[in-house]
Amino acid sequence: MNRAFRYVLQALLYGAFAAALGYFSTAPAFRPLPPGYALIRLSLNHAGQRKVACRMRTPEELAKLAPNMRAAEDCPRERAPVLVKVELDGAPVADIVAKPAGFSRDGASVAYRRIPVAAGTHRLRVALADDAAGTFDRVREEQVRLEPGRVLVIDFEPGKGGILIR
Amino acid sequence: MNASAAFALPGPGPAAPIVERLDALFDRAFGQRLNPWRHLGALGFLSFWICCASGIWIYVGFDTSATGARESLAAMDRNAWPLGAFARALHRYSADALVAVTALHLVRELSRRHYAAFRRFAWLTGIFALALMFAAGIGGYWLPWDQLAQWSLTATTEWLDALPFFDGALTRNVIAGDQVNDRFFSLLIFLHIGLPLAMLAAMWVHVQRVSPARTQPPRALAWGTAAMLAALALAKPVSLMPAADLGLLPATIPLDWFYLFPHPAMAWLGPEGLWAATAAFFAGLAALPYATRVPRAPVARVNLANCNGCARCFADCPYDAVVMVPRTDARPHLRQAQVDANLCAGCGICTGACPSSTPFRRDEALATGIDMPSATIGGLRARLEARAAALEGGPRIVVFGCRWGAGVASLEGHSTAAIEFLCAAMVPPSFVEYALRAGADGVLVAGCREGDCEFRVGDALVAARLDGGRKPSLRSSVPRERVRYAHAGLTDLDALRVELDTFRTELSRLGPRAARHTLPPKRQEKHHG
Repeated sequence: MNRAFRYVLQALLYGAFAAALGYFSTAPAFRPLPPGYALIRLSLNHAGQRKVACRMRTPEELAKLAPNMRAAEDCPRERAPVLVKVELDGAPVADIVAKPAGFSRDGASVAYRRIPVAAGTHRLRVALADDAAGTFDRVREEQVRLEPGRVLVIDFEPGKGGILIR
Repeated sequence: MNASAAFALPGPGPAAPIVERLDALFDRAFGQRLNPWRHLGALGFLSFWICCASGIWIYVGFDTSATGARESLAAMDRNAWPLGAFARALHRYSADALVAVTALHLVRELSRRHYAAFRRFAWLTGIFALALMFAAGIGGYWLPWDQLAQWSLTATTEWLDALPFFDGALTRNVIAGDQVNDRFFSLLIFLHIGLPLAMLAAMWVHVQRVSPARTQPPRALAWGTAAMLAALALAKPVSLMPAADLGLLPATIPLDWFYLFPHPAMAWLGPEGLWAATAAFFAGLAALPYATRVPRAPVARVNLANCNGCARCFADCPYDAVVMVPRTDARPHLRQAQVDANLCAGCGICTGACPSSTPFRRDEALATGIDMPSATIGGLRARLEARAAALEGGPRIVVFGCRWGAGVASLEGHSTAAIEFLCAAMVPPSFVEYALRAGADGVLVAGCREGDCEFRVGDALVAARLDGGRKPSLRSSVPRERVRYAHAGLTDLDALRVELDTFRTELSRLGPRAARHTLPPKRQEKHHG
């Protein structure tokens, strides 16, 4: 085959490879959310209350224990799961049961949810229970305005006011 | 097949002819030697090195803090750092090229069933390197800490969080604005340096059982590829997205599909679905050597009575299956060849390299120093003698063919004898001379396409031996105009016929050989103690 023709063919093949690299390195563009949608992320890392409350041991119970094990208080390690309910405009969008971590179920409960929602103004209600009875005694409700593409994070930090919406 | 029918020998996979026809298209542009399809692994190494070099240049001017990273890269894009924009684009496109050529390399080797037996080690280590390649590449997209980085990092942590032991803990680290601090960012940088280093180690291990490892493409191809990447980097510089804002998701993301396709895949499949797909993909690849039955060729056997420890088999073995060890018999040689059955491909290249494989020896039962049970050198000599004696008519031609290339058996005719070897490099050059003395007017050696040997280097070894540049070489007294070496792949039988006809025409012009010897010569029984 003619050498010049081969060089032209080579240039075309190199060009095709370069075009493929150049195109697929940025295209087609990807939409992480449908148009007109915002995103709620619920992220939680919270240790629930002990499933069984601590109690004082009786003298008889203490006497049965080895001398070095005679702690006055008996505190079972297992913690209650953390329950979270999220409602948007009165409709439930998340109902989470976050089990405590660890073999003895004595660690923190961790949860993460990704909730795409239509942009706009919504009534957001978050309720959380962390005791053995599952009492939703921590509630936060507020009006939120979500622009398209906005990411709203729901968190829970008892030291910073409980349920946080930011 | 002239090898013993008692052995089940491996053959090309069902997809091999399709891949070879595709190869042929590129042969037209690049020629057989420079065809990029035959250097995909080496092109992967080249892309990796270009990516490393450009990455080091970028790193010198890179601000390694979460707050300063994007601005330092934006300054590079304005060329405040010399060649910054060019280096960034070159880094991106060489990394993309690495994925592209690696994917093609995988598909090509898969189509040729290059995953079982002696290739299993390279296959499994290659899968490991593949996983590291994606891990290293995806991590690179986090370092600019722009909106793409933020989205990719969050998507990755969401994927990892689907594992029971993470359960949401990882994503928590990256979804609040004040939590991606410099310390965490240093971890990301460490990953993008550590993972490519781990990948390099995996690539090094990947080529440990081939000899010599071809990690550099031919110079012309290397320059062509580098120039192509440089031209692309100049023509289409890369750009940054706005700075990361964890309270915002961009409407559209200009995605690098070579690396970041798992993120859209997760959007469609869900994190658990993506885990299932990933596990199925890698487990499927890893199971291939065990789940599919590819016959294994019988391995080479050393015959100490005929081995003088010259080490030519050791030098020519493409898989390091032959080692030289201290002599174990009473013969006055320092070393002897020893075959590692796990590494041996059963290609017969060692037999072609052995000086004892010369058919001129007078032993009644020809035995060589290292032989192939499925196609013994004695059996091949006997077949050559029988076929050469039966040749009639016009220029008489003996064709030595490779069983992985064009099937030469169909070339048999009254003036043509065709004898298949396990590999063209199994043909000892002395067989060529012997055929000419046995009555042939010419000898055609047909190997695979150039650079496309099933056993990596057989074609180059044949060419070097016939040219006299590598021992055992064709003796200088052999008339070169009567010897032809042709590259004919699996689908090139028609082209080989044309080559044979052309050769026959040329031999007609030369006339018959002046002196023909009567072969076989007088033989003698020989016994080695």
